[in-house]
Amino acid sequence: MTIRTLRDYGQHYRPRMACLKNVEVFVVEMQDPKSGVKGADQKLNVTIIPHVINGQDILAWIVTKMKVTTEEAQAFGTMLVAYGYIYPLQNHRKLVLVPDSTLYRFQTPYFWPVQKWPAEDIDYAIYLARRNIRKKGMLEPYEQQHYDNLHKWMNPKWDFIVMQATEQYKANKERKKPDRVVLDCQERAYWIVHRPPRRTHSAMDYGLDRLIDPNAEEVLTFDVVRRTNIFLTQALMRSAVKSSMSLTAFVKFVTTHHNHDPFLTTPVPSNPWITDSDEFWQLNSRSVDIPTKLSVERWVLSFWELISDPRGRVDFKLFLKKEHSAENMAFYEAAEEMRWGAASAIPEKSQFIFNTFLKPGAPRWINIDGRTMGLTVKGLVVPHRYVLDAAQTHIFLLMKKDTFYRYLKSPVHKDMQKRALVPAPHVFTDAQLEANVRNRNPGVSPILQWQQEEEEKAAAAVAARPIDVKAMVATNKLDRK
Amino acid sequence: MCDQTFLAITFGPCDSCSENRPLMNLYIKTEPINYCSLCMEIMACQGLASGETLKSLKAESETLRKKLEEERKKLHDVELEKVAEKAEALGELNMKTRRTLKGHGNKVLCMDWCKDKRRIVSSSQDGKVIVWDAFTTNKEHAVTMPTTWVMACAYAPSGCAIACGGLDNKCSVYPLSLDKDENLAAKKKSVAMHTNYLSGCTFTNSDMQILTSSGDGTSALWDVESGQLLQSFHGHSADVLTLDLAPSETGNTFVSGGSDKKANVWDLRSGQNVQSFDTHDSDINCVKYYPSGDAFASASDDSTCRLFDLRADREVSIYSKDSIMFGAASVDFSLSGRLLFAGYNDYTINVWDVLKGTRVAILFGHENRVSSLRVSPDGTAFCSGSWDNTLRIWA
Repeated sequence: MTIRTLRDYGQHYRPRMACLKNVEVFVVEMQDPKSGVKGADQKLNVTIIPHVINGQDILAWIVTKMKVTTEEAQAFGTMLVAYGYIYPLQNHRKLVLVPDSTLYRFQTPYFWPVQKWPAEDIDYAIYLARRNIRKKGMLEPYEQQHYDNLHKWMNPKWDFIVMQATEQYKANKERKKPDRVVLDCQERAYWIVHRPPRRTHSAMDYGLDRLIDPNAEEVLTFDVVRRTNIFLTQALMRSAVKSSMSLTAFVKFVTTHHNHDPFLTTPVPSNPWITDSDEFWQLNSRSVDIPTKLSVERWVLSFWELISDPRGRVDFKLFLKKEHSAENMAFYEAAEEMRWGAASAIPEKSQFIFNTFLKPGAPRWINIDGRTMGLTVKGLVVPHRYVLDAAQTHIFLLMKKDTFYRYLKSPVHKDMQKRALVPAPHVFTDAQLEANVRNRNPGVSPILQWQQEEEEKAAAAVAARPIDVKAMVATNKLDRK
Repeated sequence: MCDQTFLAITFGPCDSCSENRPLMNLYIKTEPINYCSLCMEIMACQGLASGETLKSLKAESETLRKKLEEERKKLHDVELEKVAEKAEALGELNMKTRRTLKGHGNKVLCMDWCKDKRRIVSSSQDGKVIVWDAFTTNKEHAVTMPTTWVMACAYAPSGCAIACGGLDNKCSVYPLSLDKDENLAAKKKSVAMHTNYLSGCTFTNSDMQILTSSGDGTSALWDVESGQLLQSFHGHSADVLTLDLAPSETGNTFVSGGSDKKANVWDLRSGQNVQSFDTHDSDINCVKYYPSGDAFASASDDSTCRLFDLRADREVSIYSKDSIMFGAASVDFSLSGRLLFAGYNDYTINVWDVLKGTRVAILFGHENRVSSLRVSPDGTAFCSGSWDNTLRIWA
């Protein structure tokens, strides 16, 4: 027997169809004889089928009931058809809502998705066998494939299946013609939804099952309750802020960033995705000489915005160099590198940082208070990833609360504000837009850019190293003869 | 928030076992103690003391919960709608599909942007992971994973590598190369090992660390070079489906959402669960931080998206409509945090006004579920990946 590798990878079955509860309530309302969609009898071939509705009425009803646009109602209606709550009478394979006189019927609740789920293979086998008998071997190609498959792997049960099928076939013959046609339509619609033909997708496909069955009650043993208590005690001791304060902060953030949001304010010169011109990215890149006015405005908003923008960081470093306090930023960057870097590099990096920034008489000694210095140096004995946290936060706060404001008042920044570009918005004619589409700039590969940045960093590190006078004397470079 | 983390001791000798380890800030009654995660577990699993029963512990739980609710209620003095009245109304939004990326042979499950604002990595059900230059719609790299259902993929901050994983329970890192013909699978590095499917992964601020979430209910932080587990995060009682790293200055926390309807906020260094929100009615499919880092949004199978305020420790807004009955699969904020884009299982994308709580637009176009949605790093566009095998860029 072949082992079927279906969705069940040892995972518990779970119906992820919580949404269908609301849909069912909606469908029940739709079928209400007084306020629902109006149905009529329809003559199909020779039989008269009761309660037939047409696509247009369904759409109009959804629009009035949910108070939405036609487009949205159409999308929702298609969902109803895709899940099998309404089925089309004529083109039964295409499960969409067509808003004209196409005929539909409501599916009987017996065949609703949540009621009979999952659709069992054995039921499908019986259905196909019965259809085979009725159609005298003329099944549709995809049905024939399924039939052959099921015949192969359900072989031991086949006698039972054929017996059931013949019984049902005989019972069906006893029914009246209209009932038989209706039942046949319903069943066929049900199987189209649950066993869709090739290359069509089924709404029943919901992806993977969850590992843990959420319908199962969570067993609360004492350790689980203890952990909850530990969590709750620390949550109580954690200070929270008044809603008015935090919510006003959100509004403030949104207002200050309004002009920088491309969805709210059209970017200048133009949004690259709309006009196919990447000038916007080129003007805001890291290596550009003069940044745009919008960028400079963004740097003023907060210290974090300034150093998050690569171009802004370059400017800030320039200012620090002029102030001869570049060691703060260098220490911050080195500490960041250690924190987020590879575990194997930690001892080496911590040694380097100690020698360059922390040891008394170090070439780039940073000015932090005695307590923090003591803690850090002690921690460096057995270096770990977060050993520089206290020092790093101290330096960051120093830069944020003091250096940043001096930067904003400095001539470096004021000068940049004056020189900043305000690019003119693009006005492209249709012909130019088409040309843009053809000539989309492939840009620089991020790998190349990264290599460039690494080279620059290495060069800067060499340049920042203090000049070793003894070594220079030893190699006679200072010799003026 | 920066000041709070400065004061807390995060590494040092544990009060109980005296080993140098990352420490959790816990309290016994009101006494602060610093325990490592192992000692915390031992404390929780201790046998019942005399006079303690399961019932008394549960009763203690109830009193603590009530007390917490009371405390939070005191701080709850205004609703978001009231404060949002000051904000000006939004103009007309006119978003259209600007690019359609076709090339996957099966459902697209996940996607991520590169920091260069134009490249994308996407993964699909048949195991293919493709790196695109979305601007020119060219495919730059393609990898075939030895597993199906690649549910998580991420682009490295440097742009030189991608990480992906799914039903193989692992997260693998593939370094990208400039040589088009190179077989990327040869340089693959297996980093994370979980005991069940990988549902989400993201690089931290560098290429050297990866944060993953898994169906086995845990999240973990890994060192890429050695494959070592740096920290694990336990606390969800069901599958963890999604995670997002905080964008704030100190970047020490992340939020995860799970099948147990809870969204938990964790401290990266100690593994401690610092905050928890459980107001959703069904599985949380996606969580994303607000751009300022003080809040996050979640999308759930109960067809609602919710906004949670981290500083006030409560849910502040619910984004839902009677006409939206199908689950939300993915959310993301625009750059200013004013707009919330959400992809749903009824093939549509709804755009919400975060402050006023109303829906500003509905976007049609996909022919199957929208499985993942992300805004580009500079906010100029957003990309949606869908089960109809395509990705669309909207702007």
